[in-house]
Amino acid sequence: MVSTSSFPERASFPIFINNEWHESKSGKKFATYNPSTLEKICEVEEGDKPDVDKAVEAAQAAFQRGSPWRRLDALSRGRLLHQLADLVERDRAVLATLETMDSGKPFLHAFFIDLEGCIKTLRYFAGWADKIQGRTIPTDDNVVCFTRHEPVGVCGAITPWNFPLLMLVWKLAPALCCGNTVVVKPAEQTPLTALYLGSLIKEVGFPPGVVNIVPGFGPTAGAAISSHPQISKIAFTGSTEVGKLVKEASSQSNLKRVTLELGGKNPCIVCADADLDLAVECAHQGVFFNQGQCCTAASRVFVEEQVYADFVRRSVEYAKKRPVGDPFDVRTEQGPQIDQKQFNKILDLIDSGKEEGAKLECGGSAMEDRGLFIKPTVFSEVTDTMRIAREEIFGPVQPILKFKSIEEVIKRANSLEYGLTAAVFTKNLDKALKLASALEAGTVWINCYNALYAQAPFGGFKMSGNGRELGEYALTEYTEVKTVTIKLDDKNP
Amino acid sequence: MENHKTRNGSSAKICCVALDTVPYQGAESEMSSSQPDIPAPLTNLKFQYTKIFINNEWHDSVSGKKFPVFNPATEEKLCEVEEGDKEDVNKAVAAARQAFQLGSPWRTMDASERGRLLYKLADLVERDRLILATMESMNGGKLFSNAYLMDLGGCLKTLRYCAGWADKIQGRTIPSDGNFFTYTRHEPVGVCGQILPWNFPLLMFLWKIAPALSCGNTVVVKPAEQTPLSALHVATLIKEAGFPPGVVNIVPGYGPTAGAAISSHMDIDKVAFTGSTEVGKLIKEAAGKSNLKRVTLELGGKSPFIVFADADLETALEVTHQALFYHQGQCCVAASRLFVEESIYDEFVRRSVERAKKYVLGNPLTPGVSQGPQIDKEQYEKILDLIESGKKEGAKLECGGGPWGNKGYFIQPTVFSNVSDEMRIAKEEIFGPVQQIMKFKSLDDVIKRANNTTYGLSAGIFTKDLDKAITVSAALQSGTVWVNCYSVVSPQCPFGGFKMSGNGREMGEYGFHEYTEVKTVTVKISQKNS
Repeated sequence: MVSTSSFPERASFPIFINNEWHESKSGKKFATYNPSTLEKICEVEEGDKPDVDKAVEAAQAAFQRGSPWRRLDALSRGRLLHQLADLVERDRAVLATLETMDSGKPFLHAFFIDLEGCIKTLRYFAGWADKIQGRTIPTDDNVVCFTRHEPVGVCGAITPWNFPLLMLVWKLAPALCCGNTVVVKPAEQTPLTALYLGSLIKEVGFPPGVVNIVPGFGPTAGAAISSHPQISKIAFTGSTEVGKLVKEASSQSNLKRVTLELGGKNPCIVCADADLDLAVECAHQGVFFNQGQCCTAASRVFVEEQVYADFVRRSVEYAKKRPVGDPFDVRTEQGPQIDQKQFNKILDLIDSGKEEGAKLECGGSAMEDRGLFIKPTVFSEVTDTMRIAREEIFGPVQPILKFKSIEEVIKRANSLEYGLTAAVFTKNLDKALKLASALEAGTVWINCYNALYAQAPFGGFKMSGNGRELGEYALTEYTEVKTVTIKLDDKNP
Repeated sequence: MENHKTRNGSSAKICCVALDTVPYQGAESEMSSSQPDIPAPLTNLKFQYTKIFINNEWHDSVSGKKFPVFNPATEEKLCEVEEGDKEDVNKAVAAARQAFQLGSPWRTMDASERGRLLYKLADLVERDRLILATMESMNGGKLFSNAYLMDLGGCLKTLRYCAGWADKIQGRTIPSDGNFFTYTRHEPVGVCGQILPWNFPLLMFLWKIAPALSCGNTVVVKPAEQTPLSALHVATLIKEAGFPPGVVNIVPGYGPTAGAAISSHMDIDKVAFTGSTEVGKLIKEAAGKSNLKRVTLELGGKSPFIVFADADLETALEVTHQALFYHQGQCCVAASRLFVEESIYDEFVRRSVERAKKYVLGNPLTPGVSQGPQIDKEQYEKILDLIESGKKEGAKLECGGGPWGNKGYFIQPTVFSNVSDEMRIAKEEIFGPVQQIMKFKSLDDVIKRANNTTYGLSAGIFTKDLDKAITVSAALQSGTVWVNCYSVVSPQCPFGGFKMSGNGREMGEYGFHEYTEVKTVTVKISQKNS
């Protein structure tokens, strides 16, 4: 276990541009806190528009035709990503420690899940670099026609605080694999692992300007990225509310390409013929994992009438047993919520559940007088119109609803504007395939939950997002297709 | 021409003649454009691995027989290797089949983990680069600098490229008619037999096993009897990397015995062969007669190189020269029919001859030597016979034309001009340092002449004209066409022959099709929706 006393002493974490460390243009700094202890960890240079401008300039220069990055063999880009994976693996414990301190997630989760995902994602996309293939195309007429799959250009990436490093790697890996350069703004709550990654990027030998990291706030640095006229594409993970602003700003500025990974109110459908133990456990982890702070949170559990009471009883048992506490304690499954704002919002939604008539089965309040810990909470007898059944809670609250028929639950599951993930628990082949096809969700899990892999695309239907991350599909988001048509001389025999 | 004595092991920088690309060396050197430094070859290389490799273990041959392996520069025996035959092939196939069973460690392994193992193997090959390069040079008669930079460079790139594909081999979900959910699985073919040549022993070994393993197959490999050593060394690295037992098996031996056993084996699902067209036909025949195993063949060539009058002459001279003489002419892509446009013909011949005279023959381990020996006596005699035919049939011998030295299979670099299409040297694959330079007048005519062969492996074109480059490359019946370059081979690009130069492709995404078997799964559902 790594204690905070081994944390490197720094005056403040600087901004990373051109493989160098910079102070903010304004001289301003902001603090980043440990949500578990509520103590300040350190200060970070606060980037704003001028710093974003500087970063974009560096990224543009690195993207110029003839630059080292543009001239590099695709296979070599892949090698650099692979070597970055090796360094992340080397420094896995440091990164997991930083992530835990900064975000409050249990250390073992950070080490075994977040960092594992980072390493695998980097290696997966490292392999794609020299396999990004255009086509030669049999068009009409006496011409030769082919496509080039070029990098888009300078890509902005705005990343969230729930899986800070992992969500950054989900963007960085495909972006770099396709030959782009990047300007990143990590969440203001959790900038540290991104900045540490900057030092590894430099160590591996990515040319200066290929990756730039500007910590700061959404309305300042984030907005500067969304409306920057020299950024060709933006990728954002966060709330639907802010996602809409990002897309609006992109349109108003330069029509930069947009990918969005937004919120969810994800249905988890448990049929009467399901393996009930499996369903209970998956639904439990599905909603409570990461303190409930997942875009994939299973925050509407629909259980078929016949097994409803049993399911609720077992879920409550699980919730009551869930160990909440210090994220560095190996027994802890649930740490603190990220900050006061989220904490307040969750408690407000819990209150609405009580007020609107849901049955509070367990939990329902904060853990102690101080701190950002909330008791694992289960509501039953939840109906579709209640706020806890419609709004994204992003906290340790499990609403359990009842259903009678498959057709009915399909309609109810699809009735919201969200559409990120869905889960189905059943042993019946036809039911599984039918639900998989009917649910309006970018990912459907059958008899499992949070099964995410670098090879499989991930993203939202409807207002849960635009576009896909991971898998081969991610490459489309980071390439711009150019068609080249060469007219041949009709006179040549 | 001098015969350099073997060096005493002191280190020296060796400049290499890179054909076109510099192989990958590491992130730092990606950015620099300096000539790569290479270490000196090992002077006391021991041949530790000389047995049959089955189930990650070393076995003696069932018969007890061994066969000798030679250094073609000195004709000295390097060591003896266990001689595999039908019984040993049977054992290897049984092991490979076992490793391929459903539920086995190899079949249940994550695809990404297969990729990880291939990456690890690349790192181990890189660690042992000097050993392997010295071995390839001593056993294969290959210039050490080429072995170290080109062969080993290609090996590393191939392994890393194929490693990246492992978890990207994707089937499809398909909108079929009716109330069905249909998808395809891209499954491994099964147990793959792979028969290797002696001209690029290690590189061809990896070209075969890397895509096969990436797709999840198991393999039984027979290296060429002239050059089994580097594959056997890599066998230990395969075990060290952590491939499960039985996934890779290596049975050294001869074609008519071990090779034939593979081609006609009833429990091998696919055979891949690189070698002569003559033997390729036998393999395909045996495959048909036995169990219809899938067949891919990389065979010979009589590749045309067409130089137009508007070509960049300096570059064309050097590139067309290397295109024939590289590795003593022992390349399937050797540009052995050089068609030069009439108006520049005489000059081109004169300067090609000048260039051909610049060789230093000798032991390929020695720095400063620029041409090594031919692989063995059989090849050596065949080449000399074809040279004689050239003289007899009336081609003009410009230089060379006979053997060199009193030990080792050395042949003088030889150039013939005024070669006509009917001569044996213009029709038959020579596989030696013998260049034929022919004259052409019209574009239509040279295309016809270039295509007038049963071969079709590769071709080269030198021109600055956009239209000519595109139309001529479209017109040539050739698996690869190089424009203003030659022998640019990269693992991302598919490689293989038209016509009798082969069946199927290796490398690139296309190469992977050869190592998968497609299964369509159709599930009846109560109602389909788009």
